[in-house]
Amino acid sequence: MKKFINQVDDLLVESLSGFAAAHHDIVSLNLDPNYLVRAHKAESKVALISGGGSGHEPLHSGFVGYGMLDAACPGHVFTSPTPDQMLAAAVAAESGKGVLFIVKNYAGDVMNFEMAAEMLPFEHATVMTSDDVAVENSTYTTGRRGVAGTVIVEKVVGSLAETGADLAACKALGDRVNSRTASMGVALTSCTVPAAGRPTFDIEHHELEMGVGIHGEPGRRRELMRTADEIVADLVAAILDDLKPVQGSEALLMVNGFTGTPLMELYVLYNSAAKLLKQQGITISRSLVGDYTTSLEMAGASITVCLLDEEIRRHWDSPVHTAALRWGK
Amino acid sequence: MDTEFILRAAEAVHQAILTHESEIESLDRAIGDGDHFINMKRGCVTIVGMREELAPLAPDVALQRIGMKLLSTIGGASGPLIGSFFISMAKAVKEEGTETLPQIATAFSAGVEAIKARGKSDIGEKTMLDVLIPVSQTFTRLTDEGFERASLLAVLKREAEQGMLSTRSMVATKGRAAFLGERAVGHIDPGAKSSQVIIDTICDLALMK
Repeated sequence: MKKFINQVDDLLVESLSGFAAAHHDIVSLNLDPNYLVRAHKAESKVALISGGGSGHEPLHSGFVGYGMLDAACPGHVFTSPTPDQMLAAAVAAESGKGVLFIVKNYAGDVMNFEMAAEMLPFEHATVMTSDDVAVENSTYTTGRRGVAGTVIVEKVVGSLAETGADLAACKALGDRVNSRTASMGVALTSCTVPAAGRPTFDIEHHELEMGVGIHGEPGRRRELMRTADEIVADLVAAILDDLKPVQGSEALLMVNGFTGTPLMELYVLYNSAAKLLKQQGITISRSLVGDYTTSLEMAGASITVCLLDEEIRRHWDSPVHTAALRWGK
Repeated sequence: MDTEFILRAAEAVHQAILTHESEIESLDRAIGDGDHFINMKRGCVTIVGMREELAPLAPDVALQRIGMKLLSTIGGASGPLIGSFFISMAKAVKEEGTETLPQIATAFSAGVEAIKARGKSDIGEKTMLDVLIPVSQTFTRLTDEGFERASLLAVLKREAEQGMLSTRSMVATKGRAAFLGERAVGHIDPGAKSSQVIIDTICDLALMK
């Protein structure tokens, strides 16, 4: 393992401290329990709170700020945060209109947020994201994972919340965006959890993991490495098979890097996916390309398609001012 | 079961988890996401570090403290599950006491029920419950039948081992391994393995008593 580390146990707090210092105009950090809130607390809006294991940066801390989240709770690397973090974050961020949790559908995140919700002294609701289509068998009661599409949910619901919309409206829009969003990822290399010190899974030079999750947990199957176009064809086919868009649908196409794949290659994936979607009669009117939901140093990427409508597009376009997403303001 | 026994059990479990580090880690790398051992270790270190605070407390208060502390320390899926186990066990101990084996069996069963409820899971889903449920059921049945202590503990150790081994042929429907479907078949569940190690260690400690 070759990483920039002082003491492995100090990694999380040092990283959070650096993040908060670099973006002190946007966020402020609380330690023990760990959470990030907006540097300037918003008034009279639904408080949007998300969180999850660390190692996926900029998710979620990088999306705290105007137009997106009010607070984020980072857990240990690839490990869900704990209920005391969510409770403290909620107390800090709540401004009279209740709390909306945005939770990626992973067992640990679901249970910890559930316990926090049970103890919450405010009106609250939860949007569960489940955009990953990689898990084929729908009888698995754990259900689909929440991955890069979570960024789109946070952006769109964040915009609606800024208008002063109530909790029920925010929850409804979040659920709607989630239902119109599908993702699938592929890994070319593994990643190393710093405290474990060695790669999470073994993968040969000529192999790829199709349908990988954002923690390096295995996906659909191990396959032989092949061309970008061939890989994208499989990802897009799985996504369209799930979304079943009608001819003339309008979409946001997101190509998300897991960290170890250069932007140059991400644009190769975008080029390929955009052509395929166009062939299917889908108009791509919005895009997002870059590292937004990462898996430590893993090489690989995911493709996300979100079917837009007038409302979702408007909230995607509205101003946002966070460490990792910033436009229009 | 007094507070001193709980603390000695925590120390023994800590050592046992460290001894099984590579085994638990390789199982988790095969079908999980590689954080199970780290989380278990963090939980053990936390309880062991609370000795001074816990030692003067009644068993139910100590168990409650441990549960709340683990809930805010472990994280992941293990945190709420193990935290709920201790908190429910504390409640049962407070109501029933811990002087006799049937009382301890009742408290253990309450803890296991809490894991089932929080995880919305049951036996046969390739999780820690494949160890904990058979152990709890056998514990209750044998104490009802008035089984003698040493042979009871030996049966529980065997039950835990069989439960752990039974996960090898299962398809996971809960937990991280669920995302693998058929690919998890042939691997023992890391949570079942660590649970078996814990049960085995505590039974050994009780046998020495």
